[in-house]
Amino acid sequence: MKEEGNLENRPSNTAFTQQRLPAWQPMLSAGVVIPGFLVIGLAFIGIGVGLLITSRSIQVLELDYTGTETNSPCNKCTTLPIQNNCVCKLNFTIDTLFKGPVFFYYSLTNYFQSQRKYGASLDYNQLSGDLTYFKSPASDCDPYRYANGKPIVPCGSLANSMFNDTFKLYQIVNGKENLVPFDGKGIAWWTDYNIKYRNPDYSPLENAFNDTEKPVFWSKPAYKLDTSDSSNNGFVNQDFLVWMRRAALPNFRKLYRRITEGDYKDGLPVGNYSLEISYNYPVKSFDGTKKATFSNVSWMGGQNEFLGIAYLAIGSMCVVMSVVMLIVYAKFRFPEDD
Amino acid sequence: MGSVASYFRNLNKKEKKQEEERLLRANDRGFNLSFQYANNAIRTSKYNIFTFLPLNLFEQFRRLANAYFLFLLILQMIPQVSSLSWFTTAVPLVIVLSITAAKDASDDINRHKCDKQVNNREVEVLIDGELKKEKWREVQVGDIIKLENNEFVTADLLLLSSSEPLNLVYVETAELDGETNLKVKQALTVTGEMGDSIEALASFNGEVRCEPPNNCLDKFKGTLTVNGQAYSLDNDKVLLRGCTLRNTEWCFGLVMFGGPDTKLMQNSGKTVFKRTSIDHLMNILVLGIFGFLATMCAILSICNAIWEANEGSAFTVFLPREPGVNSSLSSFLTFWSYVIVLNTVVPISLYVSVEIIRLGNSFFIDWDRKMYYPKNDTPAQARTTTLNEELGQIKYIFSDKTGTLTQNIMTFNKCSINGKAYGELCDFSGQRIEITEKTPRVDFSWNQLADPKFIFHDHSLVETVREGNPEAQAFFRLLALCHTVMPEEKKEGELFYQAQSPDEGALVTAARNFGFVFRSRTPETITIMEMGRKVVYELVAVLDFNNVRKRMSVIVRGPEGKTTLYCKGADTIIYERLHPSCSNLMKVTTDHLNMYAGDGLRTLVLASKDLDESYMKEWRKRHNEASTAMEDREERLEELYEEIEKDMTLLGATAVEDKLQDGVPQTIEQLAKADIKIWVLTGDKQETAENIGYSCNMLREEMNEVFVVAANTAEGVREELRSARRKMCPDAAEEPSVTTARAGLFWLKKTQTVQDEKVDGEYAMLINGHSLAFALEEDLELELLRTACMCQTVICCRVTPLQKAQVVQLVKKYKQAVTLAIGDGANDVSMIKAAHIGVGISGQEGMQAVLSSDFSFAQFRYLQRLLLVHGRWSYLRMCKFLRYFFYKNFTFTFVHFWYAFFCGFSAQTVYDEWFITLYNTVYTSLPVLALSLFDQDVNDRWSFQYPQLYAPGQQNLYFSKKAFLNLTAFSCYSSLVLYFVPWAAIHDTVRDDGKDIADYQSFALFAQTCLLIVVSIQMCLDTYHWTAVNNLFIWGSLAVYFAVTFTMYSNGIFVIIPSAFPFVGTERNTLNLPNVWLTIVLTSLLCILPVVAYRFIVMQIRPTINDKVRHRARKEPPPTPAPRRPVRRVSTRRSGYAFAHSKGYGDLVTSQRFLMKRPVKGRVMLFSHITPAES
Repeated sequence: MKEEGNLENRPSNTAFTQQRLPAWQPMLSAGVVIPGFLVIGLAFIGIGVGLLITSRSIQVLELDYTGTETNSPCNKCTTLPIQNNCVCKLNFTIDTLFKGPVFFYYSLTNYFQSQRKYGASLDYNQLSGDLTYFKSPASDCDPYRYANGKPIVPCGSLANSMFNDTFKLYQIVNGKENLVPFDGKGIAWWTDYNIKYRNPDYSPLENAFNDTEKPVFWSKPAYKLDTSDSSNNGFVNQDFLVWMRRAALPNFRKLYRRITEGDYKDGLPVGNYSLEISYNYPVKSFDGTKKATFSNVSWMGGQNEFLGIAYLAIGSMCVVMSVVMLIVYAKFRFPEDD
Repeated sequence: MGSVASYFRNLNKKEKKQEEERLLRANDRGFNLSFQYANNAIRTSKYNIFTFLPLNLFEQFRRLANAYFLFLLILQMIPQVSSLSWFTTAVPLVIVLSITAAKDASDDINRHKCDKQVNNREVEVLIDGELKKEKWREVQVGDIIKLENNEFVTADLLLLSSSEPLNLVYVETAELDGETNLKVKQALTVTGEMGDSIEALASFNGEVRCEPPNNCLDKFKGTLTVNGQAYSLDNDKVLLRGCTLRNTEWCFGLVMFGGPDTKLMQNSGKTVFKRTSIDHLMNILVLGIFGFLATMCAILSICNAIWEANEGSAFTVFLPREPGVNSSLSSFLTFWSYVIVLNTVVPISLYVSVEIIRLGNSFFIDWDRKMYYPKNDTPAQARTTTLNEELGQIKYIFSDKTGTLTQNIMTFNKCSINGKAYGELCDFSGQRIEITEKTPRVDFSWNQLADPKFIFHDHSLVETVREGNPEAQAFFRLLALCHTVMPEEKKEGELFYQAQSPDEGALVTAARNFGFVFRSRTPETITIMEMGRKVVYELVAVLDFNNVRKRMSVIVRGPEGKTTLYCKGADTIIYERLHPSCSNLMKVTTDHLNMYAGDGLRTLVLASKDLDESYMKEWRKRHNEASTAMEDREERLEELYEEIEKDMTLLGATAVEDKLQDGVPQTIEQLAKADIKIWVLTGDKQETAENIGYSCNMLREEMNEVFVVAANTAEGVREELRSARRKMCPDAAEEPSVTTARAGLFWLKKTQTVQDEKVDGEYAMLINGHSLAFALEEDLELELLRTACMCQTVICCRVTPLQKAQVVQLVKKYKQAVTLAIGDGANDVSMIKAAHIGVGISGQEGMQAVLSSDFSFAQFRYLQRLLLVHGRWSYLRMCKFLRYFFYKNFTFTFVHFWYAFFCGFSAQTVYDEWFITLYNTVYTSLPVLALSLFDQDVNDRWSFQYPQLYAPGQQNLYFSKKAFLNLTAFSCYSSLVLYFVPWAAIHDTVRDDGKDIADYQSFALFAQTCLLIVVSIQMCLDTYHWTAVNNLFIWGSLAVYFAVTFTMYSNGIFVIIPSAFPFVGTERNTLNLPNVWLTIVLTSLLCILPVVAYRFIVMQIRPTINDKVRHRARKEPPPTPAPRRPVRRVSTRRSGYAFAHSKGYGDLVTSQRFLMKRPVKGRVMLFSHITPAES
């Protein structure tokens, strides 16, 4: 038996062990919940109105050039036999000034860049310029890993299927076609351009690609993507980068060019335009569509009515709920007595 | 490495065929070893160093969840299927396995320590003709060992000889069967003659042939062969392990069964793994979730087949198929890929988190100072750390009495002498003061022979006695003379009393302290010290107690030659035999008795009568004749007693308290308020049990009726149960309404539930062991259960350990309720093991109950804190944890399901792989742990103030199948919001710099940020109790998320391993957009506001007791416990007569055999109960 007064097993008296840590015990009280809902509701309505007005001020012009309809100018490029360098022209009119800067996108629908195997079919090491992987690309790249016994660089389905339609925009002034200058720089992420994708440290670049094969669908090897500008060539070609940033959803839009220069710095003026498309990219087999899209942006990005409407709807619901809760509170009121 | 050895021995033993008979020879180790009997080492641990890893891993993978994750890991290794890197499963699995292994190891180390402590106890063993100290584990069958007073019996022994006359030993068997009175064991004369002669013992070569190891405590059969002569052995000659030697200087015993073969260990049975009801529910849910997972995967794989047929086959331009893969194979592979992606519905961290939470909450029990008992330095202990939340769901408590409710101490508490009451303290206003440990005690130092342990608080009584008040002196003289106690004075002035019943001991001790010291007795005389003066009384006759007489008298002749009859007995009996002149005094004394009864004290009335010498002579003659008569001896004696015990003078009344443990009535009241039913199961007599029932307020005078079931036939029991039931509930159906259902995994288990029946009024039931044996038979058990459950209080007395367990099993079987058993002795072990939760009272000498219990503490009153505070919190926390945990994982996972429709059902994950790996283990684990370790709805004081707060746990309100379905639906809603709001916000738009926004990596980051913020806010909503830790963990986890994300998406880390961190730059390009943040706000509010509104409205319309108390707790300071004032109650019910315990060695003392063999040795042994005829 232990003696009295010997307290060696006595637990220590701390707020933690005795579960007496000071604590704040909030409760969903009427004084917080009802005004809270009201304030949130009103704020949401305010933001919603702002968003909606902003979104409405953004101009978007979409031109479908898939060419499935027989009257479409691009229909000829979809009929067999597929000719190389099929060019078609789409004419359109702009009624009000399309405020600049204007962005020009191509959109694809029903295109599953989000497919797991498609998305995984690339080799990051190769794309960051590691020459070891030029010789033996990652197995993920199958079936675009080797061709003719040589490794494919850049390998994989994603790179292989790079979008290769090209566009030229003309404003038709007095029957004459004025080329609208396109800016193809700065359309990819800075991190992609500077960090993630690197060309091998080789000069000339071409030599790094010795004993490699270009992707099967490509008409020219990667080191010839932009021979005019070495900083836009190889893996750091901006169009390539844009393509390689794969879309999350089957309908997507990718930035092709910006219109920021010359006469069109402030936007596309009223007038007739002609978009010249060199139509190379097949989408008909999987019921895809291709669109050319002009858009300008605001602080909230491109046009999107959803956010504004959602904010308005939820704001109003909050206000209604606060009234309902007020009524419930007044009517039932927590009975104070036990 | 004794345990290793014993482990392998155990293995061997299993192979060995069943032992049929045990043969052993004293002092012959070689002979005994040839039988490979187990030695005295015990082993309760599971592993040793070598077996730990394989056994533990094997056990862990036997768990469904772990096996499932192993399976997943293997799946992820298959490249065709793997939709996630292997590390997403391997890392958590390894963590989980190692945490569990560490816990198992630490548990087992504790068991090793415990075993070691017991195995290393020392005892004197006779080896090679010498007594040597040996460790218990070294003791072998056939050894002769020496035990000393107050030592634990080492193994099951055959008693050989003892220090006491007639080779008697006294043992306390409380550890084994819970009976606290001393038992007598007697050695055979042939062995007893050896005494403590070492030579004789060392050359003893008796051979024992006896039954094989078994668990019958009260039977033993065997023979001892000494020198060719066989002697039969029975239970009286056997000392069992677990007993304690008492009042016996030493004894020698022959080890017959050691360690695992002892009856104690055979009785303790296998440790059963207890699982909580939440565990069972969780298993069912997990199984359901597996089904759900399979369904989701099946849907998605069918969709995949359709997609492959319609879209995928067309899309082969850009994504050619692997050779041989068609849409049906692809769909098959997709099924498994989705099993991997969606596996987070059964998160690996679930089980480990549950274990951690329980462990944490167990520590809070261990650490609780309010459950620490300073007197014997015993803290509360959660011995099983996996049952905490069930403490919040208890519906039935089965309690032992002795040592649990009571301290097993009888104290002389109050008395009434000549119409004046003593023993109570009042303050100035006449209010009763509660007597506590701080109340000043009466100083008995003037009395050299006083018992220092005797405590009395009323000074006036001592003064009265010392003043020489004749009534008071007569009162104590009576107490010193009229009893059958035996004194023992080993040293001058150091008196010990050996009383048959603790009450009698208490009365004689009281007299001793008040100056009337009973010192010694011979068959003819009683010597007492009256206020320091030695007086020898001649003992003329003892008019013994029996159950009909309910009184006992002695007739003594004082030194002056005056003959007096002293009588004590039940009030009703004595009152009938008083002289009419006492009528006034009777009235006053009756008032006092009523008061004492109201306090639950055991009362006795004392009376005396002076006898006329001539009458006495004549009476003695007749008495002599009667006691030698051949016919009607009993009746004739009875008549004589009746004749002389009349016209007595009332002296007063005594009140003895069967001391309850502190706070027992209050605790029982609190637990009753929490709607917990308490059944008392005791081995004690009916009177004692009933009395305790009254004193701890379980039985009340104002109850409509207290049924006593004490029939001796099955029919009788049935009738008594039925009539009780009809009285309580006349319109109840004859047949009980039994709901049959299926439960358990795969709905294999059939359950039967007897519905509760409403009863008007309060009833109680007392049932004795005899009747219980019948009532527990299959055809009567439902009857018993129904009747018992209608009663407020059920007390079962005279029950065996097995019956205790059966009662618990009965309630478990038919009530589907959570049961708790609390006890202190080895006789409670079976019940402690049978109940869902077993609680042991620790800090006393016995440890059996504690060793097999799940929780232990020193005082019964801590039970209310264990249940109402710790249990309730644990339950609340566990349920909150589970609800939140499933919510967050379902929400997380369902988003993948929705995304499948946008990625061609290709098992593309929505989130970054790193996020998937870290989501459960890092980003969301700590806040929910903090919630489930620290959350309190209201603090402990409010919990005590409103015991009703306990009810939701009993009704399984916080986590049930229904709650689970609700949360699944809500997760479904949240995941819809979490997927489609970001989708709608970006699918047709662009960034503010014109670049596209809807790329996979941005969307992944976007979705995972939304998710994490939503689940964090949901956590905030669920947290009732915001401590600094909660704040730190919630905000810290969010901060860690952003920090980790920024790090992993940074340039530096990408350059190191490009293929592992392809998300470089995503956060910089996404989280700087205003519309992303606007969408995050929108998503969060859309997920959270409905919950807030719903909870608010429900709280207004239908507030739970919990809401109400929380509301009050916000406004008012916590209640302080009201100072306890004893309530004055008056009762006309009288407690059991103090002599009710007359078993024990009384039988032996009065036996003829005993009287013939007078002690040979010098010690004075004195005997009462000698009829005058023989003297």
